[in-house]
Amino acid sequence: MRIVRQVLTITAKDLRAELRTKEAINASFAFALVILLMFSFAFDPQEETTREIAGGLLWIVFAFAGTLILNRSFARELPNDCLDALISAPIPGAVLFIGKTFANYILVFAVELVSLPVFAIFYGVHLMQHIGQLLFVLALGTWGMTVIGTIFSALTVNIRLREVMLPMLTYPILVPVLMGCMLLTKGLVNGQPIGPDTQDWLKMLIGFDVMFTAVSLILVDTVLVG
Amino acid sequence: MKDAFLYALGVITLIIIGIDIQRIAALPPEAAQGTIFKIIFFHVPVAITAMLCSCVALLGSVLFLITKNFKYDALAVSVTEVGLAFLAANLVTGSIWGRIIWGVWWAWDARLTSALICWLLYAGYLMLRRAIEEPTQRATFAAVFSIFAFLDVPIVFFSIKWWRTQHPQPVFWGGGSFPPDWTRVFLWQMLAMALLAILMVSVRLREEESQREIDSLRRMAHSF
Repeated sequence: MRIVRQVLTITAKDLRAELRTKEAINASFAFALVILLMFSFAFDPQEETTREIAGGLLWIVFAFAGTLILNRSFARELPNDCLDALISAPIPGAVLFIGKTFANYILVFAVELVSLPVFAIFYGVHLMQHIGQLLFVLALGTWGMTVIGTIFSALTVNIRLREVMLPMLTYPILVPVLMGCMLLTKGLVNGQPIGPDTQDWLKMLIGFDVMFTAVSLILVDTVLVG
Repeated sequence: MKDAFLYALGVITLIIIGIDIQRIAALPPEAAQGTIFKIIFFHVPVAITAMLCSCVALLGSVLFLITKNFKYDALAVSVTEVGLAFLAANLVTGSIWGRIIWGVWWAWDARLTSALICWLLYAGYLMLRRAIEEPTQRATFAAVFSIFAFLDVPIVFFSIKWWRTQHPQPVFWGGGSFPPDWTRVFLWQMLAMALLAILMVSVRLREEESQREIDSLRRMAHSF
């Protein structure tokens, strides 16, 4: 019970700090919009073929925009040595990590939920056909992205070229998640529900999420304390 | 003593590779693919060696996190670098083969893609090391990343396999078969590549050792 309260305290702290300044979430959403706009030049939005690859485009937008939020997650704690204070606080490293992951998850998911209708309008995609399944895929994919992103945000916070290192390290690791999400989303926005031929991807997503959450929890103390 | 061992290993490796190349050249061209098929004698052994390297890298990383002994960190980084070179050799030989058989240098086929992603993962490991100054932190973070990368490899491998594949089924597990004299050459070649990797790792390890020695001497000089 105490652990849950501690996790929620960290999550609430992060969300409050973010919602008061809105620095990461605004930048992330604006960035998502810009990429959506850029894609319209790269691929003709009126064409049928664009609708077919739309699911893939969407996840590229999410991965880019998500990185902006995840980059800030631990970097925000650097001024005034807040990170040292957090590490020396009487809570386990895993609690700090999970609390931050929840906060990042909510923020990234919020950006995704807002960009989703914009994307649907811009590219003429029908989201509502299988909205439940789509949200489920979104939830699973975003969790994988935030878990990996948060642990690597902790890893890269003190190093040179932090902003570049985070995506460079996380994207190759996230390849299975992004692939699965792109494939499932592509099907769902084109009117094909998750069926026997695609449900393996769903299992892979769940497996990835569970496995890397566990590994991150085991290794987070090593990353934070050394 | 150590130098003598390295030189001896180098000479033995060179001799085996020399004999192997002669034997490979003497084998008749393969029925369906012709001479280019013989690239398998390099392509597959370097791939297996690269995989072994990633296993040793994981071992070194985990041992470093447990013991905090820099010997293991040196092992992890040496073996990762060598493994990366072998994986690059695997990609290049595969690409040459693909140019002849498929007609393209690069096809987005399952194994090629997963090999490339593995390459990028471990290249990230080296980039990460470059970006951290402090040795303990560098070793710790690199070890953590190495564990993540290693765990990711099988998932990458299987998920890309589901995507669609046009890579030929592997000769050894995919139902194809090798005549016995080809197998013999193949095993020798496997040994040669493994020895080459061990040689390169040993040289690299010695480099790391000297580096550490220089660092400590420099620290000593500064303290006076």
